[in-house]
Amino acid sequence: MNYLNNFNIDSIKVIDKSEYPTKGQKKNKVTENIDDLFKELNIKDGSVLSFHHHLRNGDHVTNLILKQVQKLGIKDITLVASSLFPTNKELIPLLKDGTIKNVVASYISGELAEAISHGELKGNIIMQSHGGRARSIANGELKIDVAFIASPSSDDKGNISGVNGINSCGSMGYAIADSMMSEKVVAVTDSLVEYPNYPTDITEDYVDHILLVDSIGLKSGIVSGTTQVTKDPIGLKIAKDTLKVMEASGLLKEGFSYQSGAGGISLAVTSFLRDYMLENDLKGGFASGGITGYLTDMLEEGLFESLYDVQCFDLEAIESLKKNPTHLRMSASQYGNPEVSAVVDNLDIVILGATEIDTDFNVNVMTGSHGMLMGGSGGHQDTAAGSKLSIIVSKLFSSRIPLIKDKVDVITTPGTTVDVLVTERGICVNPLRQDLIKQFNEAKLNVVDIKELKEYSEEIMGKAKPIEKTDRVIGISEYRDGKILDYIYEVK
Amino acid sequence: MAVINKMAKAGSVESNDILVMMSPGDGGIDLEIESIVYNQYGDDIKKTILDTLKEENITDVKVIINDKGALDFTIRARVKACIRRGSVQDV
Repeated sequence: MNYLNNFNIDSIKVIDKSEYPTKGQKKNKVTENIDDLFKELNIKDGSVLSFHHHLRNGDHVTNLILKQVQKLGIKDITLVASSLFPTNKELIPLLKDGTIKNVVASYISGELAEAISHGELKGNIIMQSHGGRARSIANGELKIDVAFIASPSSDDKGNISGVNGINSCGSMGYAIADSMMSEKVVAVTDSLVEYPNYPTDITEDYVDHILLVDSIGLKSGIVSGTTQVTKDPIGLKIAKDTLKVMEASGLLKEGFSYQSGAGGISLAVTSFLRDYMLENDLKGGFASGGITGYLTDMLEEGLFESLYDVQCFDLEAIESLKKNPTHLRMSASQYGNPEVSAVVDNLDIVILGATEIDTDFNVNVMTGSHGMLMGGSGGHQDTAAGSKLSIIVSKLFSSRIPLIKDKVDVITTPGTTVDVLVTERGICVNPLRQDLIKQFNEAKLNVVDIKELKEYSEEIMGKAKPIEKTDRVIGISEYRDGKILDYIYEVK
Repeated sequence: MAVINKMAKAGSVESNDILVMMSPGDGGIDLEIESIVYNQYGDDIKKTILDTLKEENITDVKVIINDKGALDFTIRARVKACIRRGSVQDV
């Protein structure tokens, strides 16, 4: 359209009849031959390949594709995976032989994470939040050559649906930015269905190729194992106190919005919240995040107006997404991208976990008590920053692993965005939130200073020896806006 | 002075607990510790066990520990229970 500002528009030539278009079918997108597909994809040394984690520990696609890359002798790949799980331990040899050079992820656990902690990557590991990942892909900072989208179902043109097919996973929020921004997009599916495949999570205009495989995953691994309310009386006490915190904050009013993780205590909070809403005839606006059956029940009971779903944690959530029009899909960008208007910015309350927290409320959910990678931000950073009230729920005493430290191993979420910590031995409030301290004292909650709680826990448990690390930095913990929060060190 | 004269165990391998196993020694204290928090608290755990054995006047025993993050009072209680069970004379 470079003729828009051309004043001599009549000087532009009109095409000749011989150049007129012909009708005809476009090229077939579907192949079952991975070797042929790879010839077309032009993946070379240093290429950037992306994957999503909606099939979680049941995913077969990431391992399958990367083993093909290895077979072809391609080296120095940057693996951009929204999350990596124990099933990805099959990729450890690919770190050693140089097939995979860098890893960019929002969560990583299992033996692959441990191998990376021991310095097996030739390059670096970059840990992002879900919103930060979407931001860096959407704004072009992280350029992806080929996105391989594990697709529970696709038609022959590439309309992908997460709710159809034998390995349905529900919402596909983490794959949306990849499908829109990658140089090439391959739908990998085991369920080729009639055109048009709907409801569509990723539409055909974004999909270049469809690879038909025997199986994209194992259903039993797709459903998360953490979606049960805790039965532990200490966990239940924490959950009850958390409800009191929410009530005292004054945010539990008509139309409030809510998110919680899928950990046992967080789910218990959701369960107590449901009872509270029924008793007090209280109706919420939306609930968001990874969605569980607990939330879809509340949607169907009319306790929430709608659900914003970036990923389904269980089968009930997948069923609900299929049938309930107010169970809404959201992309990771809509969820938490800090450069655009996002759902987290409308959140009143979020309930989160922590592996460690320091006396400035900085949280680590990335490394465990041995200093090894075993998690990641996921939406932790995004929701803590966006919500009006971010609450960390955790046991103070859990198998002698210290919760409160002078300094956390790796900062995942900055303390300036964390408001409250609820433990079985008291409620700590960030000094930045004097308003909450006042409200909680008026409500006669057991508010304690986080430094005092740390000293008390050290009296009982003893002071832990610091985790031994080498001086070698193997990666960084990135904040959602792309700034560097902390280094990740190699473990001895 | 109590003497460990038979195999005994106390505790469990549940979270926050510790399994203590004892058997007659070879003339001294032989202590093997496995713990999920060995890096952070290995020395503390060892000291608690040796102190408790000393308090109970045990000088000749083989002790095998499988710790799942027990706190000091749990460790002491399990060690003492194990001593009672291992030092009971058959009647």
